[in-house]
Amino acid sequence: MTKACWIWRTTIGKKAAMAVTGVMLLGFLVGHLLGNLKVFLGPEAFNHYAVGLRHLGDPFLPERAALLVMRLGLIAAAVLHVVAVFQLRAVSAAARPVAYTKGHKLNFTPASSAMFWGGLTLAASILAHLAHLTWGTLHQDFRHEVVLNGITYPYADAYHNLVSGFQVPWVAALYLLAQIPLAMHLYHGLWSACQTLGLNHPKYNHWRRPAAAVVAIGIAGGYCLIPLAVLTGLVTLN
Amino acid sequence: MNLILHVWRQASPTARGRFETYTANDVNEEMSFLEMLDVVNEQLIANNQEPIAFEHDCREGICGSCGVVVNGEPHGPHRGGATCQLHLRHFKSGDEIWIEPFRAKAFPVLKDLIVDRGALDRIIQAGGYVSVRTGSAPDANAVLVPKQYAEQAMNAAECIGCGACVAACPNAAAMLFTAAKVSHLALLPQGQPERTQRVEGMVARVNAEAFGHCTNHGACEAACPKGISVDFIARLNRELLKAAVLPPQEP
Ligand code: HEM
Ligand code: FES
Repeated sequence: MTKACWIWRTTIGKKAAMAVTGVMLLGFLVGHLLGNLKVFLGPEAFNHYAVGLRHLGDPFLPERAALLVMRLGLIAAAVLHVVAVFQLRAVSAAARPVAYTKGHKLNFTPASSAMFWGGLTLAASILAHLAHLTWGTLHQDFRHEVVLNGITYPYADAYHNLVSGFQVPWVAALYLLAQIPLAMHLYHGLWSACQTLGLNHPKYNHWRRPAAAVVAIGIAGGYCLIPLAVLTGLVTLN
Repeated sequence: MNLILHVWRQASPTARGRFETYTANDVNEEMSFLEMLDVVNEQLIANNQEPIAFEHDCREGICGSCGVVVNGEPHGPHRGGATCQLHLRHFKSGDEIWIEPFRAKAFPVLKDLIVDRGALDRIIQAGGYVSVRTGSAPDANAVLVPKQYAEQAMNAAECIGCGACVAACPNAAAMLFTAAKVSHLALLPQGQPERTQRVEGMVARVNAEAFGHCTNHGACEAACPKGISVDFIARLNRELLKAAVLPPQEP
């Protein structure tokens, strides 16, 4: 325990925490994407997935227990990720009290420069997304009940909420726009996490940036498919 | 060729610094950057003015003392060389050149362009000792070192401790320096006995000094006069995390 505290107090340890929590959040993004792509299979399949999430582990676990554990884990990861960012930035801001008159950003990429503000944009987008499709507070026509196989469940009608939500063009556009900071964050974040966790080997090093790009574009591109499908009428309310 | 120089002048660590403008007239593109500063200093001395203080020793890229920031780049616009290896052919007549000291809380300015890089020495000290066998000289090749390890260790050992990595880093982090120093011993059999305590000691010292954290932009690698790779930063991180996770070495 003292060792864990010691590591957390080093900047390397805080970065390792960011890398691990970042990869946890990435794991969520992958699972969330795969689940939501079920929208292409129609309302039953999609709502089955949404209701299934709440019955995960049935009959061994109470309803929503597994979902609760996953949500708490994600919240903890997100909080740790952001707490570490702010602490590290404070350390680094103090490390250069006098700025260069002529600065030069050697080797910076747009993605590496955008980590902090892009990250904050992500945080804002995620909150807006939750308010839109989880809590329904930002939704114009949110249904809090769903009928599946003739049974009415007290869970949101995920299919209806998703499709009717993205039928508002500016909402879909904002959502599409938010994929840009996401892709950039993942591109630099994944390469950075490899460095932070010491995942390097001369044989594979040159694959790290391309692999990060593929994952980043794959995830952001995958998320783009859903509002695009709604906007083009490929996916409709019924 | 003629150059316009904006040089950071600061009388003492506590004095307020500012840029002063000088001209270097009729300098030759074959001259090194430091020779050009020598010429400017001769003029200043002739005019009874205080010469520009800058640090230098070997003037051949091995001592690591000459680092200054030229137009925002530590050691200037060329790659793979120290300021003393920068030649005026990298500039055009009439160019304006901004010359600043390395800027980091951990590197207080002593005078003009000279900073105190003692923090790097304290990191080395915190690495502790290396157990060596004393007595008569050992036979050659008594300790076998695989070639690829030897080469990587040599690549890391190229670090001359100039501090350009700290100067270039947007966070004034000493990661590339520490990574090179930790890696070069961790890769060799001679470095094994104190491997864990070395990385822990050095990282603890880095955090006690006023250095920032690594954001993996790689500016350090671009500025390094020895071209030391950020791959060593991954190795440093791995060394530290391994030291943290594995049980401490038992006697
Ligand atoms: C969708 C959720 C997110 C994912 C998947 C994610 C993923 C990652 C990953 C993998 C890293 C690399 C860690 C490393 O450098 O070792 C990272 C770094 C970073 N993240 Fe996130 N992140 C997310 C949300 C956020 C949020 C909400 C912020 C808010 C400020 C943020 C700010 C940052 C910053 C500033 C870095 C760079 C840290 C540094 O280099 O010091 N991230 N992220
Ligand atoms: S003076 Fe020795 S490295 Fe430049």
